[in-house]
Amino acid sequence: MSTPVLFDLPGPRARARIRIATVIGTVLVVALVAFVLFRLGRNGQLDPQRWSVLFDPASGVPQALGQALLRTLRVAAVAMLFATVLGLLLAVGRLSDHRAVRIAVTTVIEFFRAIPLLVVIFALYFVLPSFGIRLSTYAALTIGLVLYNMAVLAEIFRAGILSVDRGQSEAAYGIGLRKSQVMRLVLLPQAVRRMLPVLVAQLVVLLKDSSLGFIIGYFELLRQARSLVEFFTPRFGNEYTFQLYVAAGLIYIIVNVLLSQLAKYIERRSRRSPKTAATTALVMPDAPSVTGQTSI
Amino acid sequence: MVQFFIDNFPLLRDAFLKTLELSVLAGLLALVLGTLLAAFRVSPITPLRGLATFYVETFRNTPLTVVFFFIIFGLPQIDFAVGFFTGAVLSVGLYTAAFVCEAVRSGINAVPPGQAEAARAIGLTFGQSLREVVLPQAFRTVVPPLGNVFIAMVKNTSIAAGFAVTELTASLQRLSNANGGDILLVLVAVVIGYMLITLPTAYVVGRVERRVAILR
Repeated sequence: MSTPVLFDLPGPRARARIRIATVIGTVLVVALVAFVLFRLGRNGQLDPQRWSVLFDPASGVPQALGQALLRTLRVAAVAMLFATVLGLLLAVGRLSDHRAVRIAVTTVIEFFRAIPLLVVIFALYFVLPSFGIRLSTYAALTIGLVLYNMAVLAEIFRAGILSVDRGQSEAAYGIGLRKSQVMRLVLLPQAVRRMLPVLVAQLVVLLKDSSLGFIIGYFELLRQARSLVEFFTPRFGNEYTFQLYVAAGLIYIIVNVLLSQLAKYIERRSRRSPKTAATTALVMPDAPSVTGQTSI
Repeated sequence: MVQFFIDNFPLLRDAFLKTLELSVLAGLLALVLGTLLAAFRVSPITPLRGLATFYVETFRNTPLTVVFFFIIFGLPQIDFAVGFFTGAVLSVGLYTAAFVCEAVRSGINAVPPGQAEAARAIGLTFGQSLREVVLPQAFRTVVPPLGNVFIAMVKNTSIAAGFAVTELTASLQRLSNANGGDILLVLVAVVIGYMLITLPTAYVVGRVERRVAILR
């Protein structure tokens, strides 16, 4: 979306200039694409026979990539589930009336958000064995994702709960509900609707991060593509390398774009819904902190 | 235990400097490219808008690991082989640029329309009004979100460990055969290493924010 105020409705001369710039811009973009395609073509990468392997069940490639996608989705789904539950508990803990609980929970949240996810995964996979605990790559990846995302989600939930108008909880206390009832019956149902788009967006981040499994050797999409390449290389040389990597990358992009669109759709819907009327727009705390509020 | 730490100090120091170097170079690349993309996204020239939108949507939905993959294993297919470190700078920089673009664009949108209208009214061109009026104000409002993007980027540089760059996270992997107490020390050192970059960044960003803040 552009900001139309930045330029007036163009007059005839400006229109001509914009037309010229548009032509030049188009030519440049087309030239860039053509250059890449030319280089690829010169190296024989656009050969239809090379791409057909992706769709030929006899080669085993579509099945292998399909299973890898399922493994990726399974890690993401399991991690999201646990991270949501734990994140919810942490968020409530951080809003607790008891100072000790608040401080303990805040420490946990800030700790896991301050260190890179890969360090958490490495710690689970490489450091724990020194203490006699050996985790599979699947467990290390999933637990790492849960620990990191529960901390991020806790902050999202907290922002969501705080976005509910104060009158709501005051009214709830006023009719004699207990603390846990206010949270369960009044605040959370409204907060969750407001948070839903952010939650789906976080799922995209989580799905992206599941590709870290590649580094510790869990057979998700990327590692599967790599292992297929290693399988094909002795027999066909580098014939299918590029195609397999492109396929793995494209699958990630397609799944994530679909999820992002879903998040946008939910956001549009929830903004219109009267059920979120008592909440303000979800504003994440914005001050820069070591933990970096943006998860990218 | 202390001996172990002293023995491995050069390795950890080099790893820390590698992470720092990677962060600074990638950060600069992301800042320049991200600002350029943001200008593209608000420009009147349709193909540039389309290009920038396509870039941002693609990179935001691609895992950074996949970006590394394409830069390090994909670029040689179009005859542009890059080294592992250069590849890491490019990957992290290109990836973060998409997020910088979104942050800057949100800043541009946050500048009241009256400012741009006034700039237009006194006869500034699109480039001038963007350069002289809108962007200077936009950058002030995006200092905190930009700071967060950069802190997140520092954490993301850890992925370079999976691609033969011996930065902090890689040293954890390299020393992981040590026995329990020692490796725990390395873990602490690695975490402190990241904090040594992120804490001052957060502090500087906070200072800059207070300094340039404009009341609206």
